[in-house]
Amino acid sequence: MSSEAGASTMNALKFSSSTQAEDYERTTSELGMWVFLVSEAMIFSGLVFCLFAYRVMYPEATRAGAMHLKENLGTLNTAVLLTSSFTLAVAVWAESGRLALSRAAARRLVAITVVLGALFLGIKGYEYVAEYQEGFFPWGPFRWNGTDGAQVRLFFLLYFILTGFHAAHLLVGMLLLTIVCLRGSVGTGSSLLALSGLYWHFVDVIWVFLYPLLYLGGS
Amino acid sequence: MKANGAQSYLDEGSTVSSWLATTDHKRIAILYFLAITGFFALGGAAAAAFRTELIFPHGYFVSSDTYNRLFTLHGIIMVWFFLIPSIPTTIGNFVIPLMIGAPDLAFPRINLLSWYFFMAGGLITLLAILVGGVDTGWTFYTPFSTTFSESQVPLAILGVVVSGVSSIMTGLNFIVTIHRLRAPGMTWFRLPLFIWSLYATSIILVVATPVLALTLILIGIERITGMGIFDPALGGDPVLFQHLFWFYSHPAVYIMVLPGMGVVSELITCFSRKRIFGYGAIAVASLAIGGFGFLLWGHHMFVSSQTIYAGLAFSLLSFIIAIPSAIKVFNWTATLYHGHITLTAPMLYALGFIGLFTVGGLTGLFLASLAEDIHLHDTYFVVAHFHYIMVGGTVMAYFGALHFWWPKITGKMYPERWGQISAVSSFIGFNVTFFPQFILGFLGNPRRYHVYPEEFRPLHIVSTLGTLFLAVGYIAPAFYLLNSLVRGRRAEDNPWGATGLEWQTSSPPPPHNFPSPPVVTEGPYAYE
Repeated sequence: MSSEAGASTMNALKFSSSTQAEDYERTTSELGMWVFLVSEAMIFSGLVFCLFAYRVMYPEATRAGAMHLKENLGTLNTAVLLTSSFTLAVAVWAESGRLALSRAAARRLVAITVVLGALFLGIKGYEYVAEYQEGFFPWGPFRWNGTDGAQVRLFFLLYFILTGFHAAHLLVGMLLLTIVCLRGSVGTGSSLLALSGLYWHFVDVIWVFLYPLLYLGGS
Repeated sequence: MKANGAQSYLDEGSTVSSWLATTDHKRIAILYFLAITGFFALGGAAAAAFRTELIFPHGYFVSSDTYNRLFTLHGIIMVWFFLIPSIPTTIGNFVIPLMIGAPDLAFPRINLLSWYFFMAGGLITLLAILVGGVDTGWTFYTPFSTTFSESQVPLAILGVVVSGVSSIMTGLNFIVTIHRLRAPGMTWFRLPLFIWSLYATSIILVVATPVLALTLILIGIERITGMGIFDPALGGDPVLFQHLFWFYSHPAVYIMVLPGMGVVSELITCFSRKRIFGYGAIAVASLAIGGFGFLLWGHHMFVSSQTIYAGLAFSLLSFIIAIPSAIKVFNWTATLYHGHITLTAPMLYALGFIGLFTVGGLTGLFLASLAEDIHLHDTYFVVAHFHYIMVGGTVMAYFGALHFWWPKITGKMYPERWGQISAVSSFIGFNVTFFPQFILGFLGNPRRYHVYPEEFRPLHIVSTLGTLFLAVGYIAPAFYLLNSLVRGRRAEDNPWGATGLEWQTSSPPPPHNFPSPPVVTEGPYAYE
């Protein structure tokens, strides 16, 4: 803690100003979001563990399945998501006062982030449809010319579950950011943007792991 | 209702919505208390049912299928809807802000939301029970749960996952509260050991529970869509499920026992009138148990086909984790030594914890030994071991905590003699119920079996008789604690003469706990 007196209580009786109390509340909320992100990381860790397990058990089937993912679309999506994290980071910097930007401009950046997120989901959806038509959708009519069909199906199960979980989290992030935009709370010192920013970056980081684990596993 | 005119949190609104929409951690603790008491009764009723059935070696009242559903119900309800929430959500919710000198938890609305998630999960699980129940055991092993069981697996899983969300919220709230809301002067090493235990517990709640949620969701997907990653027909590995499941469920047992240990530290010091021996060691041991607990899961899987090398590693680590637990037992004992001991009801429960937890912990070492586990795995020995810790340990600590903080929570004193009788009755009843099960397991009686060889019958009968004493120990408090609300003597602020910030405010506390934030100038347990 900052001094030997330790932390003060939330009802701000020891704060010397209301901004100090607000800052304290904001950093407390951010600690809460960090703890929440740890729990979210554990969900994806479990799934990645399954992927590793089956990669060790069925290396050829995993590689064969991964080769049929659309690597160029996956790469494009990675660029889209990283860009969206950048636009959001600029908005958060503006709100925290580290960058001189108008409130309207910061709000537009948040909106662009949401649009990029939608673009990601659109590209992902296109991939899903294509994979279904090519017979790689494990719960549907699955077609595989070659050996290890069952284990390739296992790979695709994990691929759809992993990317599906990720897409669901991305959707939640988009919802949060849309609320931030509509509320007009960008630039008012509200912590909702900062908290949503943390969440969005987390979803991005998860993708940064999923992309090589899934798409680049076929080379 | 206070002599000095300060309003109690109980007087602040008496409508239903003042309770159901409260954000006061003290009221939310009571909401949780009511819920888990109901679940405890349900899980206990299931146990009474199958313990009665087990008087007959070939069954009598129920079919084997029903028997399977009964012990599954018992496990699911007791683990997820009683033990895991018990001390954290009732005692923890009530006492943590008071102990650290805060007006509430860091996120009061998330606290209320966690209760609603808990209730939703509980109701969904009750629904699953009502429409037929589950027969997989609380461990949901694949491929039985995913492919062959004809029971309400998806519904039960949904209930558990939803309640898991509640657990994560509670853990998150406690971590942030302990970091950020301590009163001036309350440094980390001035915190009561109950806080350290709950801090370690909260880390496990946040890190482990998501893995359970994921694993159960994967079962749900496989069950509902007919295709999943554990399906052997696809090359899926059922043992992978076991790894994922036990990665949560082993730390989960530390979620269940660490809060009990925290309670015992508080009770032993108060009723020995002595500073705790080895405060730092106990605090660090709590974190060590929480951390190491993540490395042991494979000791549930020694005979599952995992390699001998994995078995060696998990066995060794399981022995190592006995060390911090033993450190705590030694330190409590050293605290008792030359202490000025009073055998109040809470103290009796705490002493019972120490004895029974020690037996449970030592028998865990038998199970951690690879060769011995081959003989003991899936027998009644395992059942006895974990009941010694979870019931002999956690439930005793829970009742001790209830009695200790009852005056603070309700402003009333319970009748001390009845408290002592209940503590002794549950101690005796517990041993009569579960000690024979060590013998049964050692002799080879498998667990979860509806029928058993005739020669095991006497031990089963003794075990079932023990449940009568146990029931007295649990049902009596329901009556006299309830009665005390109406007829109990009014409690002073600090009826036990205990140290701790919660005793510096009125019994019951005012809505925001302290008239003005306390300033802490000394360490905990300043009894001399």
